[in-house]
Amino acid sequence: MKKTVSLLVAAAILCALLLSGCGSSKTLTLNVYNWGEYISDGSEDSFDTIREFETWYEATYGQKLKVNYDTYASNEDMYSKIASGAVSYDVIIPSDYMIARMIAEDMLQPLNFDNIPNYEYIDESFRGLFYDPDDTYTVPYTYGVVGIIYNANTVDAADVGDWDLLWNAKYAGDILQFNNSRDAFATAQYKLGLDVNDTSRASWDAALAELKTQAPLVKSYVMDEIYNMMESGEASIGAYYAGDYFTMLDAQADNVDLQFYYPERTNYFVDAMCIPASAQNKELAEIFINYMLSEEPAIANAEYIYYASPNSLVYESEDYAEELGEEAMEILYPGIDDFSKLFNAYAYRNLDSETLDYVNTLWEELKIG
Amino acid sequence: MKPVSKIYTALILIFLFAPIAILLVFSFNSAKSLSVFSHFSLYWYRELFRDSETLGAVRNTLVLAVSAALISTVMGTAAAVGMDKLRSRYLRAVMDSVTNIPMINPDIITGISLMLMFVFVGRIFGAATSLSFWTMLIAHVTFCLPYVILQVLPKLQQMDRSLPEAAMDLGCTPLRAFYKVVIPEILPGVITGLIMAFTLSLDDFVISYFTAGNGFQTLPIRIYNMTKKTVTPKMYALATIIFFVILALLLISNLSDSDGAETIKQAKQKRSKTKEVLST
Amino acid sequence: MRSKNAAAPRSIAQRMALAPYSVWAVLFIVVPLIFIAYYASTDNSFHFTLDNVRRFFTATSTVTDEAGTREVRTYLLIFVRSLKLAVISTVICLIMGYPAAYIISKAPARTQKIMITLIMIPMWMNFLIRTYAWMTILQDTGILNGLLRLIGLGPVHIIGTESAVVVGMVYDYFPYMILPIYSVMAKMDEKLIEAARDLGCNGFGVLRRVIWPLSLPGVFSGITMVLIPSISTFYISQKLGNGKFYLIGDAIEGQYVANNLHFAAAIAFILMVILLICMAFMQRGANRRAAV
Repeated sequence: MKKTVSLLVAAAILCALLLSGCGSSKTLTLNVYNWGEYISDGSEDSFDTIREFETWYEATYGQKLKVNYDTYASNEDMYSKIASGAVSYDVIIPSDYMIARMIAEDMLQPLNFDNIPNYEYIDESFRGLFYDPDDTYTVPYTYGVVGIIYNANTVDAADVGDWDLLWNAKYAGDILQFNNSRDAFATAQYKLGLDVNDTSRASWDAALAELKTQAPLVKSYVMDEIYNMMESGEASIGAYYAGDYFTMLDAQADNVDLQFYYPERTNYFVDAMCIPASAQNKELAEIFINYMLSEEPAIANAEYIYYASPNSLVYESEDYAEELGEEAMEILYPGIDDFSKLFNAYAYRNLDSETLDYVNTLWEELKIG
Repeated sequence: MKPVSKIYTALILIFLFAPIAILLVFSFNSAKSLSVFSHFSLYWYRELFRDSETLGAVRNTLVLAVSAALISTVMGTAAAVGMDKLRSRYLRAVMDSVTNIPMINPDIITGISLMLMFVFVGRIFGAATSLSFWTMLIAHVTFCLPYVILQVLPKLQQMDRSLPEAAMDLGCTPLRAFYKVVIPEILPGVITGLIMAFTLSLDDFVISYFTAGNGFQTLPIRIYNMTKKTVTPKMYALATIIFFVILALLLISNLSDSDGAETIKQAKQKRSKTKEVLST
Repeated sequence: MRSKNAAAPRSIAQRMALAPYSVWAVLFIVVPLIFIAYYASTDNSFHFTLDNVRRFFTATSTVTDEAGTREVRTYLLIFVRSLKLAVISTVICLIMGYPAAYIISKAPARTQKIMITLIMIPMWMNFLIRTYAWMTILQDTGILNGLLRLIGLGPVHIIGTESAVVVGMVYDYFPYMILPIYSVMAKMDEKLIEAARDLGCNGFGVLRRVIWPLSLPGVFSGITMVLIPSISTFYISQKLGNGKFYLIGDAIEGQYVANNLHFAAAIAFILMVILLICMAFMQRGANRRAAV
């Protein structure tokens, strides 16, 4: 017992030393808030973006910099933490509809693009999108499309097509649905030809009815669990973000043959870098954003995340195309010209708080049914 | 032990360690899957030691657990000593009830209520961020305190009340009497409290989730936030390492066990001798 | 005289010892409860309203199941379901843990120490990771079904059912049941049991008349320590329940994430009041039994 305690105390002192080692001298800090697993972090021999940025900054500006890199689980999670004033960050990377909401609520600051010269590499189709029509607040980081993944060994080729596959009673108990309200409702809305941004209650009620008919067929409401379930053949059909299909493909079991397709009407999303109004160090944040757009980090992040990049330094790079392979390039970049049109038509918009509350109530109703 | 007892205990242990066996096995998976095993590889261990963010989260978790355990043990032990001597029954009842609150309240309520308070106070003072390492530490100390107090109080009650008085009669100052007589008597309770506080803080996710602030994410929060992308076997590798570290710690403390038992026996003999002396 | 003189400095020392904790308890235990009540009874602009509390009791949903389609009170149903799963888990923990605690308390001192540490070890590994590992075991294509197939038994479907959620809860909170019961039993006076035997009690009689009543304080604190966290969990239900079990913890977390802080506070506040009342009754019951 005594030994255990003394070991504990020793550990405490050691940790305290480690900590003070980090906090010493005049070090700048930059607080970055991003999705979990959404940056190249040095794993699998990749580029360690945060550490490289720190090194690069010190080499360029001669001052030590420490990046506090934290993660969040969802747009809503990030929003409620920042809105309540619980935390403040210099750079955040929310999705389109959340950006629109934060702009509407004065939670973001206009960027000084003089500090972000690399913005020129952002493709024209990613300018003037609905969430930031004058390109004042955001620099796009990744984009993507929701598609359907299925196991070709258990799903008949004849049944494949559009959203109906997720409602096909033949595969009862083999179907996965999103475990977040916005994405789950959207699958029903796209299927029914409804507008995902309609604020009329009738439209949401119709989507709920559709989800309720699907409920008995659903094996599981999933987020990251989809990886294990699809890889192991535990489930046969599920909708998820395009790039993630390749992660599953890499790890699929021998008796599983995963395939992927886009339904006709589906969700298009853009995640963009922004600076919250409460940021402590705006200029530093802009330097970071600019760094993220430069070639090496941009390619590394695109390869790590496996989502499409709006950065021409990335999608025009031959090394990158080679690394991803032909199939992945085709799925991830289904034709950039259409993107802004489809995006403005099908992407999620910010809903007013009354509708959001209503959707939340309907979601609870689905979950307890 | 009887054979039935042995079988029963074995079953319980199998139940407790089955998931840990799974962690162990899949941490050696060569593929990035937690359900399909390809072949043996140390790949994820190498990955783990390269991942500075995850290692940072481990460090944060340890720093938090150690500080919370130490603070709550010191404060809790002092509180138990004070509570033990409270003469007013009314005051004692109030203290007991307040101490019970964090144990009777689900952790989600403790977490939310503290978060609401921190945020509210932060807003009043116009702070840019109301949550930080300190708020998390406060939250952890708060929910660890009752466990420490409840470990120490019974030891104080079991203690022979005449012992400290005897020491003082023999010329000890109250403080000295406390160190020389009371502390050794309650030490087992204090240590159990310390270990419990450390364990609870280490394992906590819910309270941390609500009170975590800028730049100080613990391991559970980092894992929870991997919901859009997948949890990799890297985390299993980490759990496996933790398992073996604990095992090593236990082996060390078990090796030193014999002399530990010896000290306790000696202490007991000494105590009975003191008693004899006092009674004559 | 001397003792009177000694009493004065001691009472100062005593107050000094109690002071930090008293301040802490007021600031971080009592005041937060006031805040939760305050948020629960106000709207987003902090004007007094009972709408959030009312919503908990009156919100309805339409539910369709084997019994047909009907209107239910959303949050009351969620609460009852959470309570049901928590009670089942607590009972199973007690049934599994009580004999185990007894067996351990009767073992040689060294074995006791090893067993208690073994029971605590899983708690040192992260709870989210442990739950993840259970997914791997319980899946339809998981380890358990693989083993069953090896011995020629049909596959069992567990994941996504109530059983899976219960397994997760029992697993995670089992140590909290066994430890308090064990610590009471370990202190039990062996002479009492011997005396009961001498007076003609058989094994079961000893258990019923001596061991069980004496172990009650441990049982009660075990029940509290398992029931409370399992009623409010929100991770286990998401992962092992295939996202199909929406418990009171999920409801609170859902409202928090949707930034409905005041309604989240209202649910939490009502849950707290209900639990405090239950615990007060249980405590009274326990005291009465102890008195008898």
